[in-house]
Amino acid sequence: MDLFVQQLVNAISLGGVYALLALGLAMVFSIMGLVNFAHGEIMTLGGYAMWFVTVQFGAPLPVVVAASVLTGLVAALLMERIAFRPVRGASVVTMLLTSFAVSVMLQVTFQNVISPRPKGVQLPPEMSRVIPVLGVEIGVIQLTAIVMVLVSLGLIMLFLRRTTLGISMRAAAQDFSVARLMGIHADAVVATAFAISGLLAGVAAFLWVAQRGSVDPGMGLTPIIKAFIASVMGGLGSLPGAVVGGFVLGFVEIMLQAWLPQAALPFKDAASLAIVIAILLWRPQGLLGRAADRV
Amino acid sequence: MALLSVEHLTVSYGAIRAVRDLSLSVEAGEIVAVLGANGAGKSSTLNAIMGLLPASEGSVRLDGREIHGTPPERVVRLGMTLTPEGRHVFPRLTVEENLVLGAIPLRDRSRAQALRRRIFERFPVLAERRGQQAGTLSGGEQQQLAIARSLMSGPRLLLLDEPSLGLAPRYVDLIFDLILDLREEGTTILLVEQNVERTLSIADRGYVLVTGQLQLSGPAAELQASSGIERAYLGIGVA
Ligand SMILES: Nc1ncnc2c1ncn2[C@@H]1O[C@H](COP(=O)(O)OP(=O)(O)O)[C@@H](O)[C@H]1O
Ligand SMILES: [Mg+2]
Repeated sequence: MDLFVQQLVNAISLGGVYALLALGLAMVFSIMGLVNFAHGEIMTLGGYAMWFVTVQFGAPLPVVVAASVLTGLVAALLMERIAFRPVRGASVVTMLLTSFAVSVMLQVTFQNVISPRPKGVQLPPEMSRVIPVLGVEIGVIQLTAIVMVLVSLGLIMLFLRRTTLGISMRAAAQDFSVARLMGIHADAVVATAFAISGLLAGVAAFLWVAQRGSVDPGMGLTPIIKAFIASVMGGLGSLPGAVVGGFVLGFVEIMLQAWLPQAALPFKDAASLAIVIAILLWRPQGLLGRAADRV
Repeated sequence: MALLSVEHLTVSYGAIRAVRDLSLSVEAGEIVAVLGANGAGKSSTLNAIMGLLPASEGSVRLDGREIHGTPPERVVRLGMTLTPEGRHVFPRLTVEENLVLGAIPLRDRSRAQALRRRIFERFPVLAERRGQQAGTLSGGEQQQLAIARSLMSGPRLLLLDEPSLGLAPRYVDLIFDLILDLREEGTTILLVEQNVERTLSIADRGYVLVTGQLQLSGPAAELQASSGIERAYLGIGVA
């Protein structure tokens, strides 16, 4: 029983990170039809910001979090302005190739300017402690992840439901040209979508790096592929779908990790993809996707 | 000076010319109709006036000020808006949320509050369903919402694109009554319709398009009496 609760905590904290990344991808996709493969590099940049402030200044934890989140925000806004605004409204393929190019360029830059090798990020030792919660031993990192994920998702939901800008974002995702007739500025909603995706990637970067203790040029690749799988599984372009997809994927991975026999562990990712494919065969539009439209 | 003045408007989609060298004007307080068969270029005209179509040529002046090339999000702030053909409410936003978006061009919050109250009085069904997703409303209710959403920006000039299209007769009556009420209250209307007889009975003047070109124009009563209208609709018949 305890073991199950512990695995559940792991599943929620890992799935939560996928959910944050998948939500960022879905947000941008629903507004401008772009699948941003350079989203992973936003996360990597957040990780390098954490490394920089800890190594250079020995910054305290809140500053490390802020560095990661703000770097994500600024990186996403710059990416939109420099790389994606010129191809806005272009074909899906053009935008996809642009995002691949941005991703590769950033990775090469990290390799040459920083280092091809991982940089260690030392967080305060309390982060790696284990504390008892309701009789179960739970890692501080997992607990932090769950709290940060839930707070982030809650704030995004309030923003989308309660503010005029948030409602505008949902409207623009449904019908961009009619949204403009309402006086909604195209540049503003696109920039907001990127800003949110950058903030979420910054939070995800903090949680990811806190878990593994280092950052390297290719760090963003694995999580972004997982997030992409999660958002397709949830229904590409559906925001709640992306969140649900992220948690489901985290759950599947952790449960396979825990219960697959030792000999089968190398095939863990293959097994989890097989489960995703089975879900998509059962519901081709994704868990929360709509058959005929995008959001 | 005319409230809206369009000169030598030409709209193209690639090689297709949808509207050619069209000139028209609307005076404050008028109801002006744009008539023509399917595909005549009526929607293209309204969309180009609003700035929704980048590939158009000519001049569009609002209060004498050139607005051709101004994007729609700026045009609505100048007091002109469009209720598009096919309603286009945001289906997965609530009625209330659709109306909130309509009021974005207004800076004055208390004016927005007053307009909202007025709209719920005018459209009781929207007040009743304010928390419901717009996509669940009937066609006639969605058309009311689409017009109400346009009115939330407090327009001086409202462009309506086929507001009675596909509606049950009682909703058609409601829409035509509403247009008269709006004019009474000082809103100027540029109306595109297929319901020719009904439209000419409430309009002051009309323009008739045939394959993107102006065929006829004049006071509504004269158009009603003319046979040119029937020729314009040849093959479709006059409603
Ligand atoms: N987005 C578009 N792309 C290409 N052709 C279009 C487009 N919209 C309209 N057209 C063409 O332009 C012409 C005028 O269409 P439209 O303005 O919708 O006419 P109406 O509103 O009078 O029915 C038609 O021949 C139509 O096929
Ligand atoms: Mg039309």
